[in-house]
Amino acid sequence: MSDFLKIQGLQARIDADGTPKDILKGLDLEVPKGEIHAIMGPNGSGKSTLSYVLAGRDDYEVTGGSATFKGQDLLALDPEERAALGLFLAFQSPVELPGVNNANFLRTAVNAVRRARGEAELDAVAFLKAVRAETKHLSMSDDMLKRAVNVGFSGGEKKRNEVLQMRLLQPSFAILDETDSGLDIDALRIVAEGVNSLRSPDFSALVITHHQRLLDYIVPDRVHVMAHGRIIHSGGPDIAKTLEKQGYTQFLEAAA
Amino acid sequence: MPAVTETRETVEKLAKSSYEWGFETDIEMDIAPKGLNEETVRLISERKGEPQWMLDWRLKAFRAWLEMEEPTWAHIHHPPIDYQDAHYFAQPKKKPGPKSLDEVDPELLRTYAKLGIPLHEQALLAGVEGAEERLPVAVDAVFDSVSVATTFRKTLAEAGVIFCPISDAIREHPELVQKYLGTVVPVADNFFGALNSAVFTDGSFVYIPEGVRCPMELSTYFRINARNTGQFERTLIIAEDRATVSYLEGCTAPQRDENQLHAAVVELIAMEDASIKYSTVQNWYPGDDEGRGGIYNFVTKRGICRGARSKISWTQVETGSAITWKYPSCVLAGEGSVGEFYSVAVTNNHQQADTGTKMIHLAPNTRSTIIAKTISAGKSDSTYRGLVRMQPKARNARNFTQCDSLLIGDQCGAHTVPYIESRNMTARVEHEATTSKISEDQLFYCRSRGLSEEDAVGLIVNGFCREVLKELPMEFAVEAQKLLQISLEGSVG
Repeated sequence: MSDFLKIQGLQARIDADGTPKDILKGLDLEVPKGEIHAIMGPNGSGKSTLSYVLAGRDDYEVTGGSATFKGQDLLALDPEERAALGLFLAFQSPVELPGVNNANFLRTAVNAVRRARGEAELDAVAFLKAVRAETKHLSMSDDMLKRAVNVGFSGGEKKRNEVLQMRLLQPSFAILDETDSGLDIDALRIVAEGVNSLRSPDFSALVITHHQRLLDYIVPDRVHVMAHGRIIHSGGPDIAKTLEKQGYTQFLEAAA
Repeated sequence: MPAVTETRETVEKLAKSSYEWGFETDIEMDIAPKGLNEETVRLISERKGEPQWMLDWRLKAFRAWLEMEEPTWAHIHHPPIDYQDAHYFAQPKKKPGPKSLDEVDPELLRTYAKLGIPLHEQALLAGVEGAEERLPVAVDAVFDSVSVATTFRKTLAEAGVIFCPISDAIREHPELVQKYLGTVVPVADNFFGALNSAVFTDGSFVYIPEGVRCPMELSTYFRINARNTGQFERTLIIAEDRATVSYLEGCTAPQRDENQLHAAVVELIAMEDASIKYSTVQNWYPGDDEGRGGIYNFVTKRGICRGARSKISWTQVETGSAITWKYPSCVLAGEGSVGEFYSVAVTNNHQQADTGTKMIHLAPNTRSTIIAKTISAGKSDSTYRGLVRMQPKARNARNFTQCDSLLIGDQCGAHTVPYIESRNMTARVEHEATTSKISEDQLFYCRSRGLSEEDAVGLIVNGFCREVLKELPMEFAVEAQKLLQISLEGSVG
C-alpha cells in the first residue's frame, strides 16, 4: 500500500506579525506503510512546520497541495480526528499543562482515542497496569505520572513522556520532531528503543532530526533532505552519514 | 492574529451551552401573595409556628432594612430589583412533615435524580432499607423553602450533634438559636443580610457539642423551584470547644425567564480548638446567552473564630447565577486562629461575579490563606474583591493571598481588587496575582493527543483550579469538576 501517507505539492504559510510568510513551497513526500523515513535539513527549512501542518495546528494556513493518510484527506480533519486515525506527533518542545495530573491526562487521551476508534475505554485499574508496564520500559519513575504534565520536567523527561504517550496511544504513524534534541546518550537510546519497539508492517514513522546520531539508533528506510520548504533529495540511510561529514552544501547546490 | 480571530469565531459559534438542569417540578405549592411589608414578615413567622422572640427579631431586621439602601459599590450591573414583585414564602403542600422517607413525593425524588444527586443519597431519600448504615453523608434537603426530608438525625443525635432545619431549631432549641443567631451577621449588618433576617424561610442549623468530631459530612442541597420566589436561606453552625465539622452546600435551579433574588446568610461560630469546614458548589441558573433570567445571588457568609486556635475554612466553586455578590469572611478573634478561603469562580456568557473574602485579624498569631481562581469566558465579567485587615492587637499575624485569573476569549473581563489594611507593624501580608489565557499551544497539544477542544479546556481549567478543588471533600470535587466543564461548554478559546 504505497498511499499510506502521501503529500503532494504542499504549500503552507504562517502569519508573521501581519505579513504572511510562505514556509512550505510545494513539498512532495510519500511514506509507505511499515517504513520509517527520516527528514534532515538546515534550520529554517520548514521541518517543524511540516510536522505541525500534518498534525493540524491551525495557525498555519495551507495554500496549496494535498496530504492524504490512509486514503483520507488529512487536511480536512481536526487534530483530534487525526489522532484517532492513528497520527501522532512527538513535540520538539512538549507543552506544559500546569495543575493537570500527568496520569489523568494520559488516561483522558487514551480513552478519547479508544472511543473514537470504537474500542472499549480503559478503567482506572486497566489503565494503570498498561501505563506501569510502559514507564518501566522507558525507565520513568512513577513520580512522573503524579506530576503536572511536563511541568518541571527535565528535557529528557519531557521526551520520554512524549514516547510514553506515543506507546499508549498506539499510532500507526508517528512524527518525531527533533525528539533527539537535548537528550544524553542514555535517554536517546531509550527513546529510540521506544520507537523501534513499535516497528511493524503496520507502523510508519517520520523522524525529523538535525543529527545523524539518532539515525544510528533508529535506522530509517529512507532519508529525505529538506531545504527551502521542499524535499530536495531522497535516498538510502547512507545520505545521513554523508550529511554528517560534508554538510548540506552539496545538496543545496545540486537543487539550486 | 489568526489565532485570536479563530478564538472569537469559535466562541461565537459555540456560545450556546444551554443549562442542562433547567426544568420545573410540578408540585403543588402554598404561596404567599406578592409583596414585602410587616404583614409578610408576620405571615412567615406565623406559618413557621415561631415564638414571639423570633418574630420580634425579624421585625427589628425588617425595620432596619427599610432604612437601608441597596449597595452599589460592587462591579456588577442589573436593572433595579422590585422587592414588591416577589413572593416571600412558598412551600409544597403536604401533610405536616413526612413520617418517613417513603412519604416523600415521588416527583421530588425524580427531581433529585435529574439533579444528579448521588445514587446512594437518592436511595437514602427514597428510604431504601439499610441505606442509612452504609452512608457517611447526611442530607438535609431544602426543597424550596421547607425541608421535606431530613435524614440521619438519629445517628447524629447519638453523637450529640444537632443537624436540622433552622425552623425546627427555633422551636426545639430556642436557647441555642437565641444565643447565637445574628451574633456574626447582625440584623442591620448590610442591606441583603437585613432582608434575609426579616424574611428567611429556612436553612440549616448545626450544633456540634464540645469535643465532638461530627461523624459524617453534613450536606444540604438547595434548589429554587417556585416561580418568583426569592430564596432567603439562613444557616447557623456552631462548633463548641474542640469540635469538628465539615458542611457541604450544593445548589442547582430550574430555567427561568425572570430574575430570581437569592439572599442567603450563613453564620459560623468556632470556639476554642474547633474547626469548621464549609464547602459550596453553586450552580444556579445563570441566564440565557443574552443574560436574561438568571439568579441574582447576594449572599452574606461570615464566620468567627472565637476561641484560641480555632479554624474556619471556606471553599467555594461558583459556576452559576447571573450575578454573584458574595464574600465569605473570617473574623479571627481567637489567638492563633486560622481562616482560609479557597475559591473558584467561573463566569460565562453575560454572567457577572463580584466575589472574594474578608479576613479580619483581631488577635495575635492569627493566620489566613486566600486562594482565589477566577475564570472568565464569553462576555462575562468577574471581580475578585478581598479585604485583609490587621488590627492593632494582631501581633505576628500572617496572611497569604494568591489571585489567579484565566481568560477564555477576548470579550470577557477579570479584575482583582485587594484591600489591605495593616495596623500592626509585626503583621505580614503577602499578595500574589496572575492573569493568563489558555494558550493555543496548550489546546493544540491536548487535541493532537485525541482530546476534543472542550475536553482540553476542561482539563486545563481543572488543572488551573486544582489547588482549590483539592480542598473539597472527595465526592464534591468530582461533581465540581463536571460542573466546571459544563459551565464552560461552548466557550473554547
